[in-house]
Amino acid sequence: MPGAAGLKDATAIAGIGQTPFAKHLPEDEKTLACRAVLAALDDAGIAPGEVDALASYTMEETDEVELAKAVGFGDLTFFSRVPYGGGGSCATVAHLAAAIAAGQASVGVAWRSRKRGSGPRPWTNTVVQLPTPAQWTRPSGLLRPVDEIAMLARRYMYEYGATRDHLFNVALACRNRANQNPAAVMYERPLTRESYMTSRWISEPLCLYDNCLETDGALACVVVSRERALDCRHRPVLVHSAAQGLPAQHHGMVNYWNDDPLTGPAWTAARHLWKHADFTPQDVDVAQIYDAFTPLVPLSLEGYGFCGRGEGGAFTEGGALEIGGRLPLNTGGGGLSEAYVHGFNLINEGVKQLRGTSTAQVPGAATCLVTAGEGVPTSALLLRS
Amino acid sequence: MLEPLVDPDGAPFWEYAARGELRVQTCADCGEPRFPPRPCCPHCQSFVSAWALTSGRGRIWSYVVPHPPLLPDYAEHAPYNVVLVELAEAPRIRLVGNLVREAGAPLGSFPPDRVRIGARVQAVFDGNRPPQWILERP
Repeated sequence: MPGAAGLKDATAIAGIGQTPFAKHLPEDEKTLACRAVLAALDDAGIAPGEVDALASYTMEETDEVELAKAVGFGDLTFFSRVPYGGGGSCATVAHLAAAIAAGQASVGVAWRSRKRGSGPRPWTNTVVQLPTPAQWTRPSGLLRPVDEIAMLARRYMYEYGATRDHLFNVALACRNRANQNPAAVMYERPLTRESYMTSRWISEPLCLYDNCLETDGALACVVVSRERALDCRHRPVLVHSAAQGLPAQHHGMVNYWNDDPLTGPAWTAARHLWKHADFTPQDVDVAQIYDAFTPLVPLSLEGYGFCGRGEGGAFTEGGALEIGGRLPLNTGGGGLSEAYVHGFNLINEGVKQLRGTSTAQVPGAATCLVTAGEGVPTSALLLRS
Repeated sequence: MLEPLVDPDGAPFWEYAARGELRVQTCADCGEPRFPPRPCCPHCQSFVSAWALTSGRGRIWSYVVPHPPLLPDYAEHAPYNVVLVELAEAPRIRLVGNLVREAGAPLGSFPPDRVRIGARVQAVFDGNRPPQWILERP
């Protein structure tokens, strides 16, 4: 009976690992990848020779052959790559969960290693076509991801009355959590409303603090069956539901050419995610929402059903995203203030919350939503303990 | 300045633009306009298309004002506006461009603080560059 059992709670994240995060790390991406993967396997208590499945991003520079021969994996029977940058983060875990639930593999490793802090900015490459319809946008000076998202943010603010204060609430919640996390790049750097409101513009209406960090670092996690996870070192964190989302007539970050540019891939992923879940947005204890830019958070809050259309800005009011608020968010500091590693740190932070080991622990957290990049073909996970 | 990296689907757009015409790829069978150009119609799957002439009129749907760091040719003009214009004949089609003082003026020539969502604009052309936009009623 193919598909009868489905993915629900069939697999678990049994190990997580990471390198330090910094603007510049001396080691290369391959070495960082090896360190993160070995740390995750050690955390799970599983030997590298048992790994038989891999998943990463198409933008990952360290390939399967290089990683497998360096860290001593066994025979691999499943490996996949997910496109669209940060949209692929949760899908790496989803692909491994599907492979393991279907019997194609038994121990999967997902990883991302990136020297975005000290390496080149992708948008400065004028020869390679970025994964957007560049001929229609770049010659007019819409050059960077921040410009493309700022276009949607301006319209969102215009249509719904969202304000810079709402975007500040997002930046502040992430920074406050980073201030509790010694591994975060912004650990010792508090953010004030004054510094936000007077910071330099990057692409109006977005300022410096609406943008994620530029970070060197690597992370990995280990996915196994639920039964196997019970024998591992930590309490299993179950993959309750998983989804990818590429909506009809979606165009990536320049989603300008359809009826409703402000409903993006989050809506599509959310419909599948909740359809296969035993709980609802009201039951989510803590969320890790992809935050390359602050406006992605209100858009995602709407897409994943935490509030109605156009209410994402207002949702952030009254400390809703802080510890003790309606939906504590990005509790390691997120891409805005912990590290920007294409959202993989959000997955590992979700695991920490459900183990009860986060540096900004939500008391009794038992359910966590993790999302990948909104504004590009995306993915999401519902984790539970 | 970056030149459009033209692909086979988009080439007719740029050929018409070089003649001062704003044309949109339209399905020859069901009549649906589509943008960006692509090989077949997502509504009826027809591979036959035509390029419909538009009035070049539209309204600003949104805009941004980029500041450095930018590519050097663009940093020179920053802060400048980039507007997204909904075409009058096809509101789902929104073209990225710059609101300028007059045809051929540089992309920083219209003050960013005077750009408004909803403003009526008209396409103007300057050789092989993307269409520029001027206010319909300056």
